[in-house]
Amino acid sequence: MQKFTVHEGVAVPLDSANIDTDQIIPKQFLLAVSRKGFGKHLFHDWRYLDEAETKLNPEFNLNKPEYQGATILVARDNFGNGSSREHAPWALMDYGFKAVIAPSFAMIFNNNALGNGLLPLRLKEDEVDQLFKVLTEKPGTTIRISLEDMTVDCAGLHFTFTLDEFRRHCLLEGLDAISLTLLHDKEIRAY
Amino acid sequence: MGKTLYEKVYDSHVVFQQEGELPTLFIDRHLVHEVTSPQAFSGIEAAGRKLRHPELTLATVDHDISTREQTIEACSPMAQQQLRALLANTEKFGVRLFGLGDVNQGIVHIVGPQTGFTLPGTTLVCGDSHTATHGAFGALAFGIGTSEVEHVMATQTLKQGRYKTMKIQCEGQLQPGCSAKDLILAIIGKLTTAGGTGYAVEFAGPAVRALSMEGRMTLSNMAIEFGATVGMIAPDETTFEYIKGRMFAPKGEAFEQAMAYWKTLKSDDDAVFDAVVTIDASAIEPQVTWGTNPGQVCAVTGCVPVPEAIEDPIVAKSCRDALAYIDLKPGQKLAGTPVDYVFIGSCTNGRIEDFRAAAEILKGRHIAPNIQLALAVPGTMWVKQQAEREGLDKIFKDAGFEWRLPGCSMCLAMNDDRAPAGIRVASTSNRNFVGRQGKGSRTHLMSPATAAACAVKGCIADVRELLQ
Repeated sequence: MQKFTVHEGVAVPLDSANIDTDQIIPKQFLLAVSRKGFGKHLFHDWRYLDEAETKLNPEFNLNKPEYQGATILVARDNFGNGSSREHAPWALMDYGFKAVIAPSFAMIFNNNALGNGLLPLRLKEDEVDQLFKVLTEKPGTTIRISLEDMTVDCAGLHFTFTLDEFRRHCLLEGLDAISLTLLHDKEIRAY
Repeated sequence: MGKTLYEKVYDSHVVFQQEGELPTLFIDRHLVHEVTSPQAFSGIEAAGRKLRHPELTLATVDHDISTREQTIEACSPMAQQQLRALLANTEKFGVRLFGLGDVNQGIVHIVGPQTGFTLPGTTLVCGDSHTATHGAFGALAFGIGTSEVEHVMATQTLKQGRYKTMKIQCEGQLQPGCSAKDLILAIIGKLTTAGGTGYAVEFAGPAVRALSMEGRMTLSNMAIEFGATVGMIAPDETTFEYIKGRMFAPKGEAFEQAMAYWKTLKSDDDAVFDAVVTIDASAIEPQVTWGTNPGQVCAVTGCVPVPEAIEDPIVAKSCRDALAYIDLKPGQKLAGTPVDYVFIGSCTNGRIEDFRAAAEILKGRHIAPNIQLALAVPGTMWVKQQAEREGLDKIFKDAGFEWRLPGCSMCLAMNDDRAPAGIRVASTSNRNFVGRQGKGSRTHLMSPATAAACAVKGCIADVRELLQ
């Protein structure tokens, strides 16, 4: 897993609550047998006007010139609800996202994201509101996230966030969960 | 202070806990299907690892498969690749597979209970969010991602934080025409789609006790639809009776011993839950969703909301977006809305009791002329055969339904059972997300009996009007 320490990048706002995994990566793309290549299908139904993905929807934020190269996604409550498909964080990361900021995340998505080095970053609802305001008024604004200091900075706004200490440690060090667990082979055997 | 059911099962499975780490739980049972496993098997292979306990792992095929013909060749080329990968992987790693043609093949969450693989007090995981279903047996069961699938394969453990606990106390009794599906939809409507996030839920109370195992599974199945990955029910005589004699269930003396332990699996009287929600099951009417998440639901006699009357701007926007997609007018009556397709099946409502309930309504009746497609998709081959033994298939076929082979089918439309854009589906599945049953399709979630009533009337209908 890739380490996450400090990241600064263009942030793109998606002003919807309950963005579910069917929207993030529709089921027709779950037929693949590898972990790669899901980025081009990310938000397929919103991003493209046709099934073959040849016509971009100019209204969708990810397609607007000012948000090109975005690496941080900002959304509303309950991001990633729905299915357990890990294809959702795979698609977000393959597209280039390093973090998603929202007031809350669905539990399985949250686990899946952390397991892949994608940071699901919870801020308070009014803080997310302030980010939306900045990102809509000044598209292309960057956000700086420090997992070391647990801070978010954006155009003069400064917020702090929390994350389970163990999860934070794994992200900072880029630790692989299976190797970590297998260090405890003796205890598993004993159980 | 006493413990909740969740805490009892959780605590008994902690293998170790390092300072500053999440506790590591032993996983007793692992269910595998074709969609979320190939990358996990590849990971195991790439690392030169084996499955730590292949005998605790059980695989079947359900998500991609055709419901018209029981062959791999009948599936799309990409689905074929995925199905063949599961065949090869289960063979290579020594995992038992209930494949096409097996009586136990079918939707993974129906296969587990049907074979006695799902047992009270066990930890059970699967790369599928509806794994909550198995909580109906008092198992600690939850859906996981593919990396966690690989983790379980390699270590037979998972790192799991402790969730907060919530009890959903269901008082009273469900009224005629109402089933577990109506109860759970009403609960989701009350809690909203994220109301259970961060909680392990226990369903309790007389209305839950009165449910069959099939009904309890419907309840636990949809815990995830209000954000809870875990939805448990304390096992009782109904549970033991269901398990007894099943393929993988303990037999004879071992069963008696197991049952003695299972009887301890209930929340202590002095256990404290972090949240308690009470719902009066007697007051629930048949429920139908009007929006694009399962929390956007009301009684079949109700009207869809008016976004302008909603105070919270984010909720109002969700409502407005949902109504635009689903093509309903603010404030309109839900009943009477014409329906194009009917789908009866899924891990939520693809069990034998569900087909009995629908057949009860369909018997001697026919689907309305405006219904373009009515699909009955039994959850497993066993469910299909049992229904046929009871003559239910004939009732469905005589009513104008297509009687299909088992699989997930139009619940998520990964195979060719798809609803085209603009088509309105009366569906017994679990998610009404935008595009879930096909791009541009419009889903209304409901019980099997209500879906049968919609098929007969050709529109969203109150099943109580058709009860004998």
